[in-house]
Amino acid sequence: MTTPSNRPARPRRPRRKPVIPTAPIALDARGESLSAVLRDVFADFDAQVGAVVDEVTLTVRPVDVRAVCRIARQHPDIDCGYLRCLSVVDYVERLEVNYHLFSLDKRHKFAVKINLPPDEPVVPSIVSIWRGANWFEREAHDLFGVVFEGHPDMSPLLLYDGFEGFPGRKSFPFHDYDEW
Amino acid sequence: MKIHTQPTEHADALDLMVNMGPQHPSTHGVFRVVIWVDGERIVRAEPHIGYLHRGSEKLCEGELYSQVITLFDRLDYVGNLNCELAFVLAAEKLMGIEVPERAEYIRVILAELNRIASHLLFYGVYGLDMGAMTPMLYGFRERERIQELFESVTGARLMHNYFRIGGVKEDLPADFPARMRRLMAQLNQGIAECDELLSQNEMFLARTKGIGAVSAEDALDFGITGPALRASGVPEDVRISEPYSIYDRFDFGIPVGTYGDCWDRYYVRVEEMRQSMRIIEQAMAQMESGPIMASDRRIARPRPPKGEVYVRTESPRGDFAVFLVSDGTDKPYRVKVRAPSFANLQAFQHMLRDAYVADAVVILGSIDIILGEVDR
Repeated sequence: MTTPSNRPARPRRPRRKPVIPTAPIALDARGESLSAVLRDVFADFDAQVGAVVDEVTLTVRPVDVRAVCRIARQHPDIDCGYLRCLSVVDYVERLEVNYHLFSLDKRHKFAVKINLPPDEPVVPSIVSIWRGANWFEREAHDLFGVVFEGHPDMSPLLLYDGFEGFPGRKSFPFHDYDEW
Repeated sequence: MKIHTQPTEHADALDLMVNMGPQHPSTHGVFRVVIWVDGERIVRAEPHIGYLHRGSEKLCEGELYSQVITLFDRLDYVGNLNCELAFVLAAEKLMGIEVPERAEYIRVILAELNRIASHLLFYGVYGLDMGAMTPMLYGFRERERIQELFESVTGARLMHNYFRIGGVKEDLPADFPARMRRLMAQLNQGIAECDELLSQNEMFLARTKGIGAVSAEDALDFGITGPALRASGVPEDVRISEPYSIYDRFDFGIPVGTYGDCWDRYYVRVEEMRQSMRIIEQAMAQMESGPIMASDRRIARPRPPKGEVYVRTESPRGDFAVFLVSDGTDKPYRVKVRAPSFANLQAFQHMLRDAYVADAVVILGSIDIILGEVDR
């Protein structure tokens, strides 16, 4: 039940695209000094030192990852003996592999990041540096199809033999059933 | 049991392949390990996991931030509140939310009680692994008291879904301090009883001393964390090396082992229960009344800003971390769970070298895995 109005229609304001805020960077003193060290140590590599929220990041080329990890573990000023985690993030146009490192003595942390093309993601394995990377790499291979060159055993870990597709990727169907 | 034989380096010996699991009570879940034995010695072992893989990380990408907490309950189903805490902390860090004091204290008290409950379960089951029936009854009796308290606070015995981004679901019941006093007295006595019953038992010592030893270097190389790492002599605890929540306000020690064998891994946990009791006592004394939820309208439907955080917490099993990537929407873009059991289990193969078949169960029990977080 609407009554016709005599008022002229108000011109509609064009809808603005919502601005998505970015989380502010807040590095502590250890993070600041570590980024200076990283800039110095990895000056020869094609590497960018950055930061996200409270974590120092070091973006390197995929071919350099083994050398970078070895230096990160052995260099006395970095001394990151603990591989916290190895994870993959699917950004559709690229696959990002994160190596989160931590130093138990100096208590500083940073993440090595590499970007891979999604159609041919190949990266050197770091099992020779940390034996603990073994299952993390197998999991990344299962769920995202990242191939780790030089890994001793790339057989499926979490998925069953003969599973088709990479369920971690964004392109993998989320629900292929209707709720009932 | 599948048996087949194959020749080895020893010209006259034949290796026997034994399948342990996935349906085997001492594997603590659905876990299979294929063991090649030469007589009573283990020559080679190959663990197989993934029987419980539910794709929890992928499922998180389809849920709202507030719904993800229920999925985290189901990762480490013995230390659920510690799992919830990790996710909630990650989301709060990304959004920059200040949590009220009282909520922080409630979280710490419940998380530490959860740690004790988890270690009590380990204690009981570990005795059972070696054929000792009584420790199970003692351990579960004490754990039951904690479960009852949880039921009165969260409404559930196991899948609590109690922590919220910005605080906790509801305030503690009125009789909580009284219940807590009673529980603390019972637990102090109960833990002492448990310790007395098993720790110095002659047969228990014979089964665990010097079995499955891991050196500190190997432990760090494998990424072992938690009680298993501390048993090898590394005083690393996330609550101290990277304090989260309000853990920097409490005075507590890190129990450290010497040899990294099964007995050290066992006793570090017994000692940890006492340290958790110390934390709870201090937290109960310091806690004051106040709000339990942050007064921030963003928590109604959390939309963290674009960015990523990696938050570590000390769960009963070790370094439980959440890598949370947000694209600014109300659902996480990517959630990666760094499960301590997953990394610790990798070293199982290493611990089994040259062990006897009968020790395989003892070694597996001492790592204290939860398959829910191994397979995710």
